[in-house]
Amino acid sequence: MSQQVAFQSPPLDRHHSLFLLREMLRIRRFEEKCAELYSATKIRGFLHLYIGEEAVAVGALQALEPDDAIVATYREHGHALARGVSATSIMAEMYGKQEGCSRGRGGSMHLFNAATRFYGGNAIVGGGLPVAVGLALADKLQGRPRVTACFFGEGAVAEGEFHECLNLAALWKLPVLFCCENNLYAMGTALKRSESETDLCLKATSYEMPAWPIDGMDVMACEEATQRAVLTVRSGGGPCFLEFRTYRFRAHSMYDPQLYRDKQEVEQWKTRDPIAVFQARLQELGLLNEEDLKRIEEDITTEVAKAVEFAETGTWEPVEDLTKFVYSEKVQA
Amino acid sequence: MTVEAKTVRITYREAMRQALRDALHRDPRVFLMGEDVGRYGGCFAVSKGLLEEFGPERIRDTPLSESAFVGAGIGAAMGGMRPIVEIMTVNFSLLALDQIVNNAATMLHMSGGQFNIPLVIRMTTGAGRQLAAQHSHSLEGWYAHIPGIKVLTPATLADARGMLWTALQDPDPVLIFEHGGLYNMEGELAADAGAVDIDTAVVRRAGTDVSLITYGGTLSKVLQAAEELAGTGVSAEVVDLRSLRPLDTATVLASILRTHRAVIIDEGWRSGSISAELSARIMESAFYELDVPVARVCSAEVPMPYAKHMEEAALPQVHTIVETVRQMVGSRG
Ligand SMILES: Cc1ncc(C[n+]2csc(CCOP(=O)(O)OP(=O)(O)O)c2C)c(N)n1
Repeated sequence: MSQQVAFQSPPLDRHHSLFLLREMLRIRRFEEKCAELYSATKIRGFLHLYIGEEAVAVGALQALEPDDAIVATYREHGHALARGVSATSIMAEMYGKQEGCSRGRGGSMHLFNAATRFYGGNAIVGGGLPVAVGLALADKLQGRPRVTACFFGEGAVAEGEFHECLNLAALWKLPVLFCCENNLYAMGTALKRSESETDLCLKATSYEMPAWPIDGMDVMACEEATQRAVLTVRSGGGPCFLEFRTYRFRAHSMYDPQLYRDKQEVEQWKTRDPIAVFQARLQELGLLNEEDLKRIEEDITTEVAKAVEFAETGTWEPVEDLTKFVYSEKVQA
Repeated sequence: MTVEAKTVRITYREAMRQALRDALHRDPRVFLMGEDVGRYGGCFAVSKGLLEEFGPERIRDTPLSESAFVGAGIGAAMGGMRPIVEIMTVNFSLLALDQIVNNAATMLHMSGGQFNIPLVIRMTTGAGRQLAAQHSHSLEGWYAHIPGIKVLTPATLADARGMLWTALQDPDPVLIFEHGGLYNMEGELAADAGAVDIDTAVVRRAGTDVSLITYGGTLSKVLQAAEELAGTGVSAEVVDLRSLRPLDTATVLASILRTHRAVIIDEGWRSGSISAELSARIMESAFYELDVPVARVCSAEVPMPYAKHMEEAALPQVHTIVETVRQMVGSRG
């Protein structure tokens, strides 16, 4: 097994630490609300929660600049929130309202936001990787020092597209950061039941790119590792591969009796909850007090409540607009 | 009076599972493979319990590698097995399109008749559950374009129970499309239900004024529309195509000889669709039998939107079918 890289962490900065905690909590509370709203049938379709994996998106996205690009999967609420897509527009999207970030056409699995260069929610496993390679190719051809971060689950590693894309990105030295969120299960299929070689970094290094595993339950580790990788990628060193070792606490999507894993295993991982552990660490170091926590929770409660209210009062796109956006309205010059 | 045959109350999902179990018992060469068919129990719970009953050799979980396991199904069929390959949904079959179109469909012909491929591929199809554009395709009509494969669309409990075994006896590749909206459909099925033919269309309801021709997930909507029309004095005949390739034109034409009007209802997009093909065949063979031009009710030409009201507007509905028929009958002159 590739060894997780230990970082010589700099002393924790109170302001930044609280920010990271707040971001993770935003995602957690937002999604808890989503689960509730799903039961109330306000949100429909598939809903894939990120609960348990928040440290990855929050940590990794700290390393990106505003004009870098992000490509994600159907499990992307956390990435969208951490990237700065507003909670209101995400919630409205899940309601199917036209005020949603994809005008209600995408739903939970297809959040898009041009302003933050958030290239979606792709719901075909492996489907985002070629898009990321292309975005990076465009940057390279136009001499822009940008990075494209592509998030995907370990299940995607079995797809041909994974191998085709890693090869192409390495061959052409494209600025792609491959962010594999290894939560050990692709729906009900454990990694060890789907891969002959379960060391994912070995696969990436076989395509001649630097790769290393990271404790995906540790937000600081995620941030530091991504910063280091982004440095290489941005400086023209070609793609990097990061394996974030994490765990999904909830079902794959909303209906899933979880026949494929032990309750005990889930409980075991919950003791490593990225939020609870980080919070405790900050408290121990005296960087977080009860007041801080209360304020953060209150702010988030307000933000989530506003998002729900925004979605509730949002409007339905008129049916006459159904065939809009099948083709572009304005012809490009 | 004949004695009433014994029936059992059953869902479409259970009928399909019985068909699988029956095939696995009857023929040791039969095995099922696909993503999450085993431990997870099938993404639509069709194969739930089969792993326990038949073991992992015959209920094979595969990695997320559609091209590889469909191709492996082709090879295994050529090697003397009778594989049933399950692709979670038609949407993901696009990753295996090369294997289906370039290998499965061509091998017999390319080899001058030496190598046939007795392979069955099952997959879910269709929209209606707010799963948005990448999870709502109806591409069975598209597959029906391809010579060398057969395309089945079981719309009833009897067909869910009976088509699989016949497909397994076929020397060539057979694709079975199960509409996702049908799995929970419940009804009475003959206790001794067994194999059914897989190359004829069937009249599901007799009528004299208009022929409503459909298949798969829209059959129930069409039957409902026919019922509504009966209430207003329009007698509609409903033809269930059952197989899109081969296409049983004779049964369709015979119906039109009785009614002299035809409406085709198809969840696929109108352009280049199976409804277009059928309409052309009617024109070629029964032009002078028609009182009015053939009409079609298809999905709007737009990737499927997430929002419920938009999705409903995009799909054929009972009221759009009824409206189309009313206009047609009104135009009798
Ligand atoms: C090509 C393709 N095949 C199958 C599916 C159905 N599916 C959706 S998510 C999923 C599991 C993916 O697991 P992983 O990549 O590890 O990501 P995770 O869901 O764990 O975040 C599957 C099989 C799909 N969406 N696309």
